[in-house]
Amino acid sequence: MSTVVNPGKRDRLWRGVVIATPYLWLLLFFLIPFAIVLKISFADPLVAQPPFSPFFDWTATTGDRILATLDNYRFLLEDKLYLVSYLKSIKIALISTALCLLLGFPMAYAIALTPYPWRNLLLLLVILPFWTSFLLRVYAWMVMLGKQGLINHLLISSGLIDEPLQMLYTDGAVYLGIVYTYVPFMILPLYATLEKLDLDLNEAAADLGARPHQIFRDITLPLALPGIIAGCLLVFIPALGEYVIPALLGGLDSLMIGRTLYDEFFVNRDWPLASAVAVVLLLILILPIMLFQRLQQESDA
Amino acid sequence: MTDPTGAKTPGQGGACSGTPWKDPGQHPFIELQSLSKRFGDFAAVDDVSLKIYRGELFTILGGSGCGKSTLLRMLAGFEQPSAGRILIDGVDITDTPPYERPVNMMFQSYAVFPHMTVEQNIAYGLKKEKLPKSQIAERVAEMLQLVQLPQLAKRKPGQLSGGQSQRVALARALIKRPKVLLLDEPLAALDKKLREETQFELMNLQDQLGITFVVVTHDQEEAMTLATRIAVMDAGKFVQIGTPSEVYEFPASRFIANFFGQINVFDATVVASDDHFLTARLDDSNTEIRTRDHQRLAPGTRCSIGVRPEKLLISTEAPAQDGYTVTRGVVEDLAYYGNRSLYRVRSQNGRMIQVSAQNYQRSSELLLEWDDEVFLSWHSECSVVLSQ
Repeated sequence: MSTVVNPGKRDRLWRGVVIATPYLWLLLFFLIPFAIVLKISFADPLVAQPPFSPFFDWTATTGDRILATLDNYRFLLEDKLYLVSYLKSIKIALISTALCLLLGFPMAYAIALTPYPWRNLLLLLVILPFWTSFLLRVYAWMVMLGKQGLINHLLISSGLIDEPLQMLYTDGAVYLGIVYTYVPFMILPLYATLEKLDLDLNEAAADLGARPHQIFRDITLPLALPGIIAGCLLVFIPALGEYVIPALLGGLDSLMIGRTLYDEFFVNRDWPLASAVAVVLLLILILPIMLFQRLQQESDA
Repeated sequence: MTDPTGAKTPGQGGACSGTPWKDPGQHPFIELQSLSKRFGDFAAVDDVSLKIYRGELFTILGGSGCGKSTLLRMLAGFEQPSAGRILIDGVDITDTPPYERPVNMMFQSYAVFPHMTVEQNIAYGLKKEKLPKSQIAERVAEMLQLVQLPQLAKRKPGQLSGGQSQRVALARALIKRPKVLLLDEPLAALDKKLREETQFELMNLQDQLGITFVVVTHDQEEAMTLATRIAVMDAGKFVQIGTPSEVYEFPASRFIANFFGQINVFDATVVASDDHFLTARLDDSNTEIRTRDHQRLAPGTRCSIGVRPEKLLISTEAPAQDGYTVTRGVVEDLAYYGNRSLYRVRSQNGRMIQVSAQNYQRSSELLLEWDDEVFLSWHSECSVVLSQ
C-alpha cells in the first residue's frame, strides 16, 4: 500500500524510464532525423561531400552566420513537376485507400462474424502474404500482368481478346499493387473494432424498426469509425510516399512523389531540393493525422 | 393462504383485471400455436402452445438452456420458428421481420447504443417511424419523465450506472407504445436493493401503460413477485402454467416444487383415491393422510407427499386437532432470524425435515432447543402429491 501512496525511489525511476522510452525513441528516430532533413532543405546544393552548403557559417565575422535559403521551396512552387506529382500521389493514395476500405470492410466484417476456429484461419490468411518478401510479390504481379503474362495468356487462349492488353506500366497496375499490398492494414484494425461490436445492438435497432441497411448506417458504421480511420491512415500514409510499386508497376506518367524524391536524391544529387520535397510530404501527412486526433478527442469527450 | 384460484390482491400484477385465462370467452392477446425451434437435432423449444391475455405480466421461468430465451427471441422475430405460428392480437406475425412487429424488447445486456445520448437512444424507435421532430421531442421528454431520467438526457451511456442504463433501455423499448413488451432477465444485472425497487417500478409502469409484458427469467423470486402468471419451462416444454400461488402451493412435480423455495418430501403408498382426494400411508409415521389430488393413482402406488416448511407446525406436546397429520422427530439444528426461526428436524426414519416457524411469542430464550423431542403436524390441505 505504501508504495502506491508514496512511491519509492526505484518506482519513480522505473516510471520515468517507462515514460521516457517512447519519447526517447521519437527524439532519436524521428525528431533528430527530421531536423537534419529540415536543415538540409534550407541549404544550397554543392558538388562536394556532403553535397549541400553548411547551415552555419562559423567563419563569417560580420552579418548573418545562418545561411538559410528558401530557394528550394520556391523552386517546388515554380516547377509544375512537383505540384503534379504531389497531386498525383494524393489522388492515387486517396483512391487506393477508398478501394482498400470498400474491399476490406466486408472482409473484416465477415471475419468478425465467423465462428472461432475458422476465424483464426481467416486472419492467418490475411497476414500470410507478409511471409514472403514484398519485392518478390510485386515482381510476381509484373509476371502476371505483363504482355506475355499469365492473365493475358488466359484471356487470349479463352478467346476473349485477340491482342494482349497493356496492363503493366499503367495507373491501373499501380492501384492494383497498392491495394493488394495495403489491404491487410485496412482489414486488421477494422476487424479489431468490428469484433468488439455487440450484436445485441443490431438486434435492438431491428427491434426498434430499423431495416438492415439502416442498422448498418446508424449502428455499425459509427461504431466502426475508429477502425475505419485507423485503417485509412495506415493505408493512406505509406501509399502517399510509395516508391517501389509505382516504380515497378507504373508507367512513366505514374510519377508519384516517392519517385520524384528518389530521383532528386540519387539521380540529380540535389539533396536540399529532395529534403524540401520530403518536408512538404511530411506536412501533407501530418494534416490527416491531426484531423484523426481531433476526431478521437471529440468522440472521447 | 392456499387459495387454488390464486386471485391476486388489487394493485398487484398490473393492468390485467381478474383472471381472463379462466374465461373461455376471452380472446388471447398473444397466442403460440405448437411452436418449435430446432437447432439440428436439438429442440430448444419443443411444440409449445400458450395463450397470454391483454395486460398480463406473464413470466417464463426456467434454468439456463431450458429454451426460454429462444422462445422470447422468436416472439421478437430474431429467431424463425421451425414449426408453429405466433399470433399477436389476432394477427399472424410468424413471418413478420422484427422491424415490423408490434413488439419491443428490453435486452438483458440493455444494448443501449453507446454512441448516442440517452435522448437519442430513446428517440431512435420514433425516428425510424419517421415521426415529425416536434412530436418525437415531446414523447421523448414524456418518457424521460416516466423513467425519471430527465436530468440525464444529454449523457452518453458510458456515463450511466447500471440502473440508469436499464431505465434507458426500458424507455427506449416503451416509446413506440408496443402491444407487447418483452423483457429478458430485466433485473439480473442489478444489485439486490435496486432489484426490489425496480421490480415495483416495472409493475407500476405496466399498470399505468396497460402494455402486455412477457418476462423471461431464471429467478423464481423475480417471477413470483412480478407475474400474473408463470410458465415454468424445462427442456423446451412448459411443465406448469399458473399463477404464482398456484405454482408455489400446487407444484405439479418435485422439480417445480424445488424450483420455488423449499419443500419437504415424504414417501408414501397410495391406499385409496377418487376423483378429488387421495389417501396415502406415510412411511414415516405410519399414519394415513387424505389430500386433494386429481390423478387417481391406483392403490399400492408409491408417491411423494410434499409439504412446504412454513406449513408445518412444531410443538413439544402432541397436537390433537382433526385433519392434521402428525409425525415426530428431534431438533437437529436451528437458526433464529428474529421474525422467524428455521428448524431442521430429524424424523424417526432419519429424514431431515425443514420447519419454518413464525416467532409469535416474545421471549429472550429459545422456545425450542437442540435435541428437543418435537411433534410436527400439518393440515392435510397443505400437502401436495408430487409426481417425479
